[in-house]
Amino acid sequence: MINKVVQDAAMACHDIPDGATLMLGGFGLCGIPENSIKEILRKGIKDLTCISNNAGVDDFGIGLMLQQRQVKKMISSYVGENAEFERQLLSGELEVELIPQGTLAERIRAGGAGIPAFFTPAGYGTEVGEGKESREFHGKMYLMETWLKADFALVKAWKGDTAGNLIYKGTARNFNPMMATAGKITIAEVEELVPEGELDPNSIHTPGIYVQRIFQGKDYEKRIEQRTIRSAS
Amino acid sequence: MALDKHGIAKRIAKELQEGYYVNLGIGIPTLVANYIPEGMNVVLQSENGLLGMGPFPTEEEVDPDLINAGKQTVTTLPGSAIFSSAESFAMIRGEHVHLTILGAMEVSERGDIANWKIPGKMVKGMGGAMDLVASAKNIIVAMQHTSKDGQSKLLKNCSLPITGLQCVKKIVTDLAVLEVTGEGFRLLERAPGVTVEQIQAATEGKLLVEGEIPEINV
Repeated sequence: MINKVVQDAAMACHDIPDGATLMLGGFGLCGIPENSIKEILRKGIKDLTCISNNAGVDDFGIGLMLQQRQVKKMISSYVGENAEFERQLLSGELEVELIPQGTLAERIRAGGAGIPAFFTPAGYGTEVGEGKESREFHGKMYLMETWLKADFALVKAWKGDTAGNLIYKGTARNFNPMMATAGKITIAEVEELVPEGELDPNSIHTPGIYVQRIFQGKDYEKRIEQRTIRSAS
Repeated sequence: MALDKHGIAKRIAKELQEGYYVNLGIGIPTLVANYIPEGMNVVLQSENGLLGMGPFPTEEEVDPDLINAGKQTVTTLPGSAIFSSAESFAMIRGEHVHLTILGAMEVSERGDIANWKIPGKMVKGMGGAMDLVASAKNIIVAMQHTSKDGQSKLLKNCSLPITGLQCVKKIVTDLAVLEVTGEGFRLLERAPGVTVEQIQAATEGKLLVEGEIPEINV
């Protein structure tokens, strides 16, 4: 058995070079690879292309990488909640590709599943469709979209085992399972790392075949963007 | 007089039917969840990967790993399911969701919708809106009839970048309920005390008025 377990984020991310294409799991700040992001901030890796549904907030997540000007290009579906992002985008400092959320998810899934292109109706007749091949199927128009892959996929799971199998919790799953399949090297950080055999095979969300490196993360902040509560009555 | 946002949400809730799977967008659409008729079984889909979205949590129930598409903390319900974003949009694209309710900046008389970008000013991204409007079987827009500076949002043609073409079926605004027919906006109901003339004045696109127009009953 190959040893996939590494000590920490520093070991896991040691060979991410300047100019790399990264996928980062998460929806908003939910399910983001906090430890790996911290390590990228610490190392100051530059000229990154980041594929992630959102771009963090001004002072957390990928937002911090934007503050440090480490990101050359963002590929996302929604980037509200981030003033520095909007500033860099409108001033032209940051290259941005905005993609419909379902198309983004499916392009990543396709990348991991070996499907180079597919057709989707999302974005037909909009500026998303400009320059793309379109085709009619059963009387409806569809756009051709191509797969996305990354040099490194950085994902976050709840539990993992030494074989690289992953289980996510709640809506922290989001983009993590597809991204895990689409990285040349997939780095998984988990809240709890257990020996193989301890996770029920029936409950695995991401099979270990997709994961090259795994480590137990620490100091999870799990910041909440919109803490919305009802009164207990 | 004109409906407030809760009035709009209440009116839209009347469109719900037993057994519906529904996706609610951010803003006024989120409020519709508060007005689901008592005893009606409606399942809310949140595109970040949750089917069977429950109410906001109590202080003790707050879980950072459980949010909705608006990044608000939520809860699950008996019968809820959690899945990936790819699975979520398979449900949406595959037309398994019965009804999508979302906000808009502009709607054209053919049912085109614009809600994701103001060139040079604001770019937040389309999120899941383009996928939803391209595939939903039934789309209702919840919005104010006019912009803050009084410009009509029901237009002949959208002036902002389009989110989707010919997809909106119905619009509920602070002033009226309208059906998108392909020939224009058919006025179905008017807000209490609001006249057809007032609605006409606030509608740039073609308004179709046939017979007596009843008041919205909420």
